Amino acid sequence: MTSLTSDDVRHIAKLCRLNIEESQLDTFATEMSAILGFIDTLKEVDTKGVEPTPQPTGITDRFREDIITTEGIEPKDLLDCSGLPIIDNQIQTPSAHG
Amino acid sequence: MGSLSELTIAQASTKLKAKEITSAELTQACIDRIEKVDGTINAVVYKNFDRALEEAKKIDDAGAFDNALSGIPYLTKDVYCEEGVPTTACSNMLREKNYTPPFDSTTTARLKAVGAISIGKVNTDEFTQGASTETSCYGVTKNPWDTEKVAGGSSGGSAAAVAADECLFALGTDTGGSIRQPAAYCGVTGIRPTYGRTSRYGVMSMASSLDVIGPLCKTVEDTALVLEAISGIDSMDATTGDTAVPNYSTALTGDVKGLKIGLPKEYFSDDMNEEVRQSIMDSCEVLKSLGAEIVDVSMPYTQYATPAYYVICPSEVSSNMSRYDGIRYGHTPLRQGSAGQVTTNLVEYYHQARSEGFGDEVKRRIMIGTYALSAGYYDAYYRQALKVRTLIQKDFEDVYKTVDALIAPVTPTAAFSIGAHDGDPVAMYLEDIFLDPQVMAGIPALSVPCGFTKENLPLGLQVMGPQWGEEVVLRIADAYEKSTEWNAQKPSL
Repeated sequence: MTSLTSDDVRHIAKLCRLNIEESQLDTFATEMSAILGFIDTLKEVDTKGVEPTPQPTGITDRFREDIITTEGIEPKDLLDCSGLPIIDNQIQTPSAHG
Repeated sequence: MGSLSELTIAQASTKLKAKEITSAELTQACIDRIEKVDGTINAVVYKNFDRALEEAKKIDDAGAFDNALSGIPYLTKDVYCEEGVPTTACSNMLREKNYTPPFDSTTTARLKAVGAISIGKVNTDEFTQGASTETSCYGVTKNPWDTEKVAGGSSGGSAAAVAADECLFALGTDTGGSIRQPAAYCGVTGIRPTYGRTSRYGVMSMASSLDVIGPLCKTVEDTALVLEAISGIDSMDATTGDTAVPNYSTALTGDVKGLKIGLPKEYFSDDMNEEVRQSIMDSCEVLKSLGAEIVDVSMPYTQYATPAYYVICPSEVSSNMSRYDGIRYGHTPLRQGSAGQVTTNLVEYYHQARSEGFGDEVKRRIMIGTYALSAGYYDAYYRQALKVRTLIQKDFEDVYKTVDALIAPVTPTAAFSIGAHDGDPVAMYLEDIFLDPQVMAGIPALSVPCGFTKENLPLGLQVMGPQWGEEVVLRIADAYEKSTEWNAQKPSL
């Protein structure tokens, strides 16, 4: 059975862009190990030769003309949803370079 | 009859057309009911009353009531975007700034177009991730039948609101049973249509290959009316099907003579709850007395649906939740007056926004999904789950060669106590065991009230059809409902 340690949780959290409090690492490790133990039962299913189903109704790619449609929504309406400063119709974020 | 809010859609529509009542009176009755009982059950998280009354008056002035939903007040799960209406997914990620979308979901737009009146938002587990509404940032919704019990989830606010007559119908979403389970727990009717029958555009995503939106109503007839109004292909959601939308109301013939209905043995075990088992056996007798044939069937991969769900769902959650990075919307730790340290580094900012905004269940699902999709584990978890989905879907395809529909329990027990599964996510996930096979197969499934426990808690009968086969589901459920008295009973609040 798959078991995660606190160090594993710390690593996964970093990949997820999440900070997990040190005091919570053990709890998450225990709970996530239990979940992985539960989903491990899938390994007993013989799926040799079975194709995966990513979407249940089998609808394939649907294309449309490459035309911008705004549905009446202006860029300003969307920018207003941000809590960060807006400069020249762009959102000012913290620096990507630290 | 007490308050107008107790009316069904069909009853209210008749009265509106006959000018016996106005939409403003009906809307006001729902508002009064919410003010009276919602302090007890905590279903409503945003009240849009002034706008609702304005809209109702406009509908009254126009006076047409040409659609069954014209002038009918409803509540919306707090994940449906409505232009100018705060929509928070019951998460601190969006609650802090009261995210207010500048657009409508396709479904709320379609309802607006036929004159239905949106009166507010109802509670859900955070980003619909849960089975009890206990992960909502607004606190748990209590079951109108017993306020010590959960209303179910994630559409617990929708189910409780309908059961408590706070509205005539409510919208929910069903990713892994989130319409059917609360409907069963609260004694109302809820349908998860075929995947792609209804548009997901403008509804905050949890797991995109599993999410389906649908209504919770007081009767099967009402369910057919709402489903008709919201179904159909949508250019804004490429996964909607172009299968023609039938007139569902005409499917409610009351006649189930000659229909073959399968009873899958995998939904029953020696140690299952006796009251649940008995309620389904009694339902079989009702359907037999109406002329249906009940046939024992087997679907061997049923037991793997919930483990497959808890791989596919968190994997898609980890992807969908990545959009909540505190930049375009949502929790903004950099805001002026923010407590704590303010970062100037973008990656640290992402960490801060997401850690402060998301609750533990969402974090857990993001981490499980990221783990399942990571190099070295993808084939063992995600790809294997997608193959198991194929086998589960084949189970259904095979069985529908011999039967028209299936029936089964909705839940292993009646509503559980608030806090019963604290700290035990797997126990919470097992609440879904009868609800995940249909999700894997993308088929329609409905919960209709079918009895009460000794503690007077409602139970639900699940009726399932083949993909795009909502008509047979509604027909069976309607015939069953009209032959029983379960849905006529009301909680005392």
